[in-house]
Amino acid sequence: MAAAVPQAGGQAPPASVVQRKSRTGYVLLFPGMAWLAVFFAIPLVTLFATSLQSPIEGRTGRYKPGLEIGNYASALSEYWPQFLRSFLYAGVATVLALAIAYPLAYFIAFRAGKWRSLMLVLVIAPSFASFLLRTYAWKTILADEGPITSTLNALHLLPDGRILNTWIAVIAGLTYNFLPFMILPLYAALEKIDPRLIEAASDLYASPQTAFRKVTWPLSMPGVVAGTLLTFIPAAGDYINAELLGSPKNRMIGNEIQTNFIEYRDYPTASALSFILMTIILVMVFTYIRRAGTEDLV
Amino acid sequence: MTPQNPEVIAAIAGTMRSSISRRRLLRAAGLGGVAMVAAACGASDEALGGGGAGGQAVAQDVGAAEDMSAVDKLINWSNWPLYIDIDDATGSRPSLEEFQKLTGFEVVYTEDVNDNNEFYAKVRTQLEQGQDIGRDIVVLTDWMAALWVQNGFVQKLNKDLIPNWTNLVPKYLYTSWDPGRQYSLPWQSGFGCFGWNKGQLKEALGTDTLVSVDQLFDPKLKGRVSVLSEMRDTMGVLLAAQGSDPSNFTDDDFNKAIETLTQQVDNGQIRQVTGNDYAGALESGDLIAVIGWSGDMIQLGPDFGVGLPETGGTLWTDNMMIPALAAHKRNAELLMNYYYDPEIAAQVAAYVQYICPVDGAQEAMRSIDPALADNQWIFPDAKTLSQSYVFMTLTEEKDVEYQRAFQKAIGG
Repeated sequence: MAAAVPQAGGQAPPASVVQRKSRTGYVLLFPGMAWLAVFFAIPLVTLFATSLQSPIEGRTGRYKPGLEIGNYASALSEYWPQFLRSFLYAGVATVLALAIAYPLAYFIAFRAGKWRSLMLVLVIAPSFASFLLRTYAWKTILADEGPITSTLNALHLLPDGRILNTWIAVIAGLTYNFLPFMILPLYAALEKIDPRLIEAASDLYASPQTAFRKVTWPLSMPGVVAGTLLTFIPAAGDYINAELLGSPKNRMIGNEIQTNFIEYRDYPTASALSFILMTIILVMVFTYIRRAGTEDLV
Repeated sequence: MTPQNPEVIAAIAGTMRSSISRRRLLRAAGLGGVAMVAAACGASDEALGGGGAGGQAVAQDVGAAEDMSAVDKLINWSNWPLYIDIDDATGSRPSLEEFQKLTGFEVVYTEDVNDNNEFYAKVRTQLEQGQDIGRDIVVLTDWMAALWVQNGFVQKLNKDLIPNWTNLVPKYLYTSWDPGRQYSLPWQSGFGCFGWNKGQLKEALGTDTLVSVDQLFDPKLKGRVSVLSEMRDTMGVLLAAQGSDPSNFTDDDFNKAIETLTQQVDNGQIRQVTGNDYAGALESGDLIAVIGWSGDMIQLGPDFGVGLPETGGTLWTDNMMIPALAAHKRNAELLMNYYYDPEIAAQVAAYVQYICPVDGAQEAMRSIDPALADNQWIFPDAKTLSQSYVFMTLTEEKDVEYQRAFQKAIGG
């Protein structure tokens, strides 16, 4: 490369350099593209093909290639309650995570001073322990005889007299597990805001509320959008929280996909469910990004 | 009992190939690097009486691989968690270490069978495509073992290498799916039965013994009950409770039991449907009474009760098998033989407290822990056994049909 640098300044580089540069781009892209092709695109195609397979008569758990569109209809008609429940739980968890994360990220970005790095480490630290282990820990925290449940019970605040194995525990688990994915993008967005803009707002007689509404909030939108997506998408497909913290009545679509794959060996239905989930999430995400008006995210 | 036995060594030598194929070299290289290759080259010559004793490979049944046993002194064994004797102080596994010391084999013991269906899902593709699943012994429950035998996913055992197999308690010899035990040997058996927290049960029901399903579904225990996610154990107990025979029932019987289950899930009586998790929840006090597995609950200690329902529980067996194309079949057979020595079997049973399938272990137990020798959970007598049922053998089709009904019932 160095040899090809043009001698005279201000002069357009010769064509060969441009060409070589663009080729370098492809070379650098190759590992990523190859990775995506092998581990994402091909499996996705396989998954789609599987979702259209039809059973081989008399051989349970064996399927032949086909164009069984009906798999989608039957999967949807059988599991729509679990779809609704998944999106409801994930939605509530996302809103809760936003409510918890925004003040925290705001504080870290503007007020934490020398504690900033430490607080960021503390936000990430739980991720050093395994996801599964952290969810198991919630079983202990929310146990019937534990301090939280006993206190709330003494105040007669719990309808079932318990938290563990109810929807409350599932949503709490989802909120907790995906909270760092909300905090970090929010922090990144807030940290970029020039404090002088907020000062200017108050110089121009904006109340703190107005300054927040007109300046801080709009400027933090990319963080809000990224954070909500990073929380909502994995939460909607999660099955660990419902499995460990829920009861049979709190099963989410992830649990049904798992059951279809492993217990029933019904790969077409499981694949169809995965595809429906992906499609719904894609549509929701597109609509959301349109609405939020931040196409120039990233 | 071990390769010190001349007969066994002869048997190994008799089936040794004298030359090393490229594939074997590659395999060995993959397993243990350069050192292994060197060992492999050396092994064929010095091994076991030299090349002359080797000659040709013995004809093997379908699904057999070239046996690497004499080259790699290795056994890959997949078993369920906490299913072998463990020295609580050091975390080591005494019987397994003894075996390794005696034979010089390395046993890679992995506790990666948590659920029959899950394990099957993990290795199924390889089995169907005729590939080695990298395991020489797997331990699977009757119905799953049956599926493997029917599909030809396992190898016939060479009983010449397992002379101790005659110690098998005779009642295990005849199963519908492997008559005469050509492909499998029982590892442990157990009951699907009740377990409960004595103190809490007394508080709720006024008794510290749980005997009936009616008690289990008493509204006073609402939200403090769990049942097993293993369909056969939960449904077996419920079928027996309604007066059906879990070893021989009709669709109608099954549906009736499913109705009971659905009702108890819907009204919130059943809080959770679990695998091994219930033990922790019993200890923490979240659960008062469960349908669980005998050995797990005995291990919880004296504050917890364990008992067969008066209407009967289930009796299941987990079986050792050698997967098709397993690379170390002979080593695996020697290991099976070792664990069918009554002394060793008693040593394992004393720790895991499941039903021991080895004749003579009861006598051997008297010198290890006399109290355990008459323990009904390890050496059940005819009366205890008469209170339990082996779940009816199902075709794969029926199995999936029932699993669906079961999952639907517990899926709310």
